[in-house]
Amino acid sequence: MKLLADRVRPLTGHRLFWPALVLVLMIVANTIYRPGFLAVEVKDGHLYGTPIDILRLSAPLILVALGMTLVIATGGIDLSVGSLCAISGAIACLHISRSPDQNSLSTVFTALALALGAALVLGMWNGVLVAVIGIQPIIATLILMVAGRGLAQLTTEGQIITINSGPYRAIGLGHFLTLPLAIFIALAAALLVAAFTRRTALGLIVESVGGNAEASRLAGIRSRRVIFLVYVVSAACAALAGFMITANVSSADGNAAGLWIELDAILAVVIGGTSLAGGRFSLSGTVLGALIIQTLTTTVYAMDISPQTSLLFKAVVVIAVCLIQSPGFRARFRRRHGGAVPGPAASQREKEQVPA
Amino acid sequence: MSSTSLTTGRTGRPSLPRRHVPVLATLALLLVMYGIGVSQYRAFSNIQVVFNVFIDNGFLLVVAVGMTFVILTGGIDLSVGSVAAMTAMVSAALLQDGLPAALVLVIALLIGPALGLLMGCAIHFFDIQPFIVTLAGMFFARGMCTFISDASIPITDGFWTAMSQERIGNPAGNFVSISVLIAFAVVLVAAYVLAYTRFGRTVYAIGGNSHSALLMGLPVGRTRIAVYTVSGLCSAIGGILLSFYTLSGAPLIAIGMELDVIAAVVIGGTVLTGGSGYVFGTVLGVLVLGVIQTLITFDGSLNSWWTKIVIGGLLFAFILLQRLIGIRFK
Repeated sequence: MKLLADRVRPLTGHRLFWPALVLVLMIVANTIYRPGFLAVEVKDGHLYGTPIDILRLSAPLILVALGMTLVIATGGIDLSVGSLCAISGAIACLHISRSPDQNSLSTVFTALALALGAALVLGMWNGVLVAVIGIQPIIATLILMVAGRGLAQLTTEGQIITINSGPYRAIGLGHFLTLPLAIFIALAAALLVAAFTRRTALGLIVESVGGNAEASRLAGIRSRRVIFLVYVVSAACAALAGFMITANVSSADGNAAGLWIELDAILAVVIGGTSLAGGRFSLSGTVLGALIIQTLTTTVYAMDISPQTSLLFKAVVVIAVCLIQSPGFRARFRRRHGGAVPGPAASQREKEQVPA
Repeated sequence: MSSTSLTTGRTGRPSLPRRHVPVLATLALLLVMYGIGVSQYRAFSNIQVVFNVFIDNGFLLVVAVGMTFVILTGGIDLSVGSVAAMTAMVSAALLQDGLPAALVLVIALLIGPALGLLMGCAIHFFDIQPFIVTLAGMFFARGMCTFISDASIPITDGFWTAMSQERIGNPAGNFVSISVLIAFAVVLVAAYVLAYTRFGRTVYAIGGNSHSALLMGLPVGRTRIAVYTVSGLCSAIGGILLSFYTLSGAPLIAIGMELDVIAAVVIGGTVLTGGSGYVFGTVLGVLVLGVIQTLITFDGSLNSWWTKIVIGGLLFAFILLQRLIGIRFK
């Protein structure tokens, strides 16, 4: 028995163990509840089925959560991503809807470039507020969260812009190698971010800034520039997600597009094991977290529960994950079970928060 | 409002205490906006316009008062809008089931503080960030709303309709609703508590430097839990006022209200890092938001989404102002 525990410990100690376990448990529960859950079939040379749907629908969330991971790794938070999704989707759809040939590739690419450019500018705005002026990230991005919805509605003039563009639709619903294109886009983004952060020193720099911005600055890292940059990256990711969300429904709704995606993204990041206090991050954990949330959402829909009520389940998940992650709670739990794990060392890991 | 005398200059020259600058800026902004309104639209000078701002924003005011407590300690409460909606929803559902109004009021007023207490405990005992705990609270409360009912529940109870329709006015025909009086009562109690009680002092002390407060022997944990409970109570009262206002409980009501509330508190001059601010400022902040709405309604050609952009712009201006003051006096 003791031997088994010793063998299992390295496995349970892996930071991706708990999220992966949750995902597996959810899939198992779903399969028991609905035996056809895992069935995947080929139709017109494309794969169809609930697992594929979950992957496709989680693509925007993965994108947003990737940017959010970097922001949170620096000890910040970006509340404006939902609004940015709405703005970028609105600008792209507006441009396409006004062009004579909605199906031309050049139109679609111009639209994407315009929208991405706007998102980058707004990302820079966030970056300036946090890195240069030194406003708390929650509040700095709250401004764009509030005003951004207004801007999105201003762009669409309060209407829902519908478009009929094949190439644009492909971003959300197209297929490549029998799988939805959206999955590849999200995967490419994830690999790109991973390559930049894990194959170069950039990731380490981001973590050091999140650990202690002032110390990093004294150590010769341009903390402000790094912080500025993560908000721009986050905005770019949000813009891509905005394209997918609007392409899925071939319309841009300034009010509803990307609504509450920032909360889902933060949740995905937290579930993935990235500490909200910053200083370390796990991209694979984030992707796993996003998949968990999308599976949860899909499960709740499949059980005929209204989308709003799914929030109830999300609340339970957030609290459970936070409690498990909280050193205080773990220490208490272990003490009760008579474990000799030194709790205080973990719980005393306090950090100096420095406004960059 | 509270300890002005502490920082007044000794030189005799009337110097402006820096912590009053944001509140005075808000007051100036409010007066300018009202001035613009009066100069542009004749009907704007009608005193009922001001009363309507209060009638339409009474619930916002109460919730904002609770948020002021939380922000003064340096925390944040994202659950307020959902808790208000949940309170309205629970009241509507219970009334529909035929429970007496008094009992419904008691139950509705207990749920909010209970949730706040739980959130405060999670924040204090398990050292989880307020942001994420109250986010979960927001999810929970909003989920409960639709769990109770997917559709809007009308309220036909006699007490509720009486509270909703009662007009308290002067002979000239101007009036306010009972909600406004309740909101004022909450404001006065909160202002008194913050300015003159030990609890209020502790709230400011925690916001100034929670570590120092702890070393001074102040009950930091208890107070921190208490402010989230107070915020929950204010959200619950706000929810009741909301149900008076709309005479229904709707699952999607007050979405995004937490942002309006935070904006109101910040525009009212409360510093987000905690430790400085007044309930009076929050009242002004709510008035600013209300007058923006009224101006945009009066204009007619501007669409309602301009409200969000203007609120965002103001939020930016005031945070910048606070930041600049903070840098200058460092």
